[in-house]
Amino acid sequence: MFQVRIHGRGGQGVVTATEMLSIAAFDEGRHAQAFPSFGSERTGAPVVAFCRIDDKEIRLREPIMAPDALIIQDPTLLHQVDCFAGLKPDGYILINTNKSFEELGLADLVAGHRAERLCTVSATDLALKHVGRPVPNVPLLGGFAAISGLIRLESVIKAIEEKFSGKVAAGNIAAATEAYNIVRKEMEEAAHAQAV
Amino acid sequence: MLKQCEGSHAVAEAVALCRPEVICAYPISPQTHIVEGLGEMVKDGSLADCEFINVESEFAAMSVAIGSSATGARTYTATASQGLLFMAEAVFNASGLGLPIVMTVANRAIGAPINIWNDHSDSLSMRDCGWLQLFAETNQEALDLHIQAFKLAEEISLPVMVCMDGFILTHAYERVDVPTQAEVDAFLPPYEPRQVLDPAEPVSIGAMVGPEAFMEVRYLAHAKQMQALERIPQLAEEFKQVFGRESGGLIRPYRCEDAETIVIAMGSVLGTLKDTVDELRDAGHKIGVLGIVSFRPFPLVAVAAALKNCKRFVVLEKSLAVGIGGIVATNVRMAVTGMGLKGYTVIAGLGGRAITMKSLTAMLDKAGRDALEPVTFLDLDWKAVNKQIEREKAHRKTGPVAEALLRDAGIVGARNY
Repeated sequence: MFQVRIHGRGGQGVVTATEMLSIAAFDEGRHAQAFPSFGSERTGAPVVAFCRIDDKEIRLREPIMAPDALIIQDPTLLHQVDCFAGLKPDGYILINTNKSFEELGLADLVAGHRAERLCTVSATDLALKHVGRPVPNVPLLGGFAAISGLIRLESVIKAIEEKFSGKVAAGNIAAATEAYNIVRKEMEEAAHAQAV
Repeated sequence: MLKQCEGSHAVAEAVALCRPEVICAYPISPQTHIVEGLGEMVKDGSLADCEFINVESEFAAMSVAIGSSATGARTYTATASQGLLFMAEAVFNASGLGLPIVMTVANRAIGAPINIWNDHSDSLSMRDCGWLQLFAETNQEALDLHIQAFKLAEEISLPVMVCMDGFILTHAYERVDVPTQAEVDAFLPPYEPRQVLDPAEPVSIGAMVGPEAFMEVRYLAHAKQMQALERIPQLAEEFKQVFGRESGGLIRPYRCEDAETIVIAMGSVLGTLKDTVDELRDAGHKIGVLGIVSFRPFPLVAVAAALKNCKRFVVLEKSLAVGIGGIVATNVRMAVTGMGLKGYTVIAGLGGRAITMKSLTAMLDKAGRDALEPVTFLDLDWKAVNKQIEREKAHRKTGPVAEALLRDAGIVGARNY
């Protein structure tokens, strides 16, 4: 079973992101379960949502406490919430930021972690560019497809088409595709740097 | 057709496939998405020949449901928590009048303190109201139980609550198999009421009944629920014939053969329990799970039969009968009267407290050694509880309890400024 936890703030589409991730996994014939950390969510308040993906029926209903992957939609949470709690060794981390892990004060985390599993992408900028709204959830899913290799970009695009239509869908597909390519490149560079 | 969707959406689709004629509901979390979904289907015409009635409260919702059901219309509503309490008087009337309304209860805690999260306090508070109560383990079962519920309700002329865990199921996206209209039509015949308000043939429904016949009317309601004990497993079998999957029934045993310890529960926590029991089995524990699908009528005989070879049982329940302990546990104990079993009550998950495999494993390991307290509160923060008890010993004017505990827990909004 592969477990993903998404941290963000109310209004950033955190819950929708896990739902779309589950749809993408379902489209690939897998079992998936997406659920939010329920609460009286307010715009701007910290929000967590979860997605489990497996090849068999998922019966477990507890919150994800030991994720295989983390998507952090808002870097201002890093010093407010323990986003990394329980992350598996060498778990995947994707952060929405235009800074580096070091600039975010995460140098300790980088040390000893597989470099190609730590990626950043300016998802808010991509959303503004392609969708016209600062909602980073969908481009981050494109980035997640790249970093994890768990789902194909085509499946993310199918999930986008299921959730949105018209211009919003087209914009989100463009943003997710660009994020996918950015993260792929980052990973190749990281792998290359390690090889050297 | 297989679909990846929200539990609420799956239930809305199932209800629509049952061809309801009247839907009346008042929104309350976590039930809202279900009736919103149905409202959209009525508006866009995909759910035809159905009237969606906006009402001003839950009391009105059940009152309208009573009226429409009495005219012979297939009637559906949904609620949760305080909403169910607010409609309580009408809830008793619906069953007392023998009206086969189907209602989803998206199980949620009851205040005070106000809490929107899941537990089973709401529908269990209505355990003696005369409605049948069926509990879903997954979103697939929630979908399936609604289809079975209309058939069951209408056959025996009693209302049915389909209970599904609020948020944990209602707001979870998972895979469901949505049947076709033809399949549902093959299973669920049109509603043929025993009694109907019809201007052409006037009758009155709801007479005042004195001591001369009241007990008999009440007994007949009980007899109908006993009849449902036989009908529910048959319906599950008929359902399987049409839809090809197991759903519903009275109880659902899992790895209970040769089990020395059997843990009993209702609803979505059964999934986590099954995963926990698989691990405990791998570690050599002889343990199984017994899911109770039908809480009302309560399957005393079936539960006793399922427990007849075990040494001990643990009832894990998301409800608390303040002043005695468990609600489900009390019912289970009645089922096993005289069987000489050790029994444990575990209160868990109240107000949305997460029930984790880690805590279940430790608790069930203790139960297996008969080292568990008769009544256990899983993952209770004893430090917080004892602090408040000490505070109340030391001072008279300690203020409201909930706010004091929130302050101790460091919740900013509860601070005294």
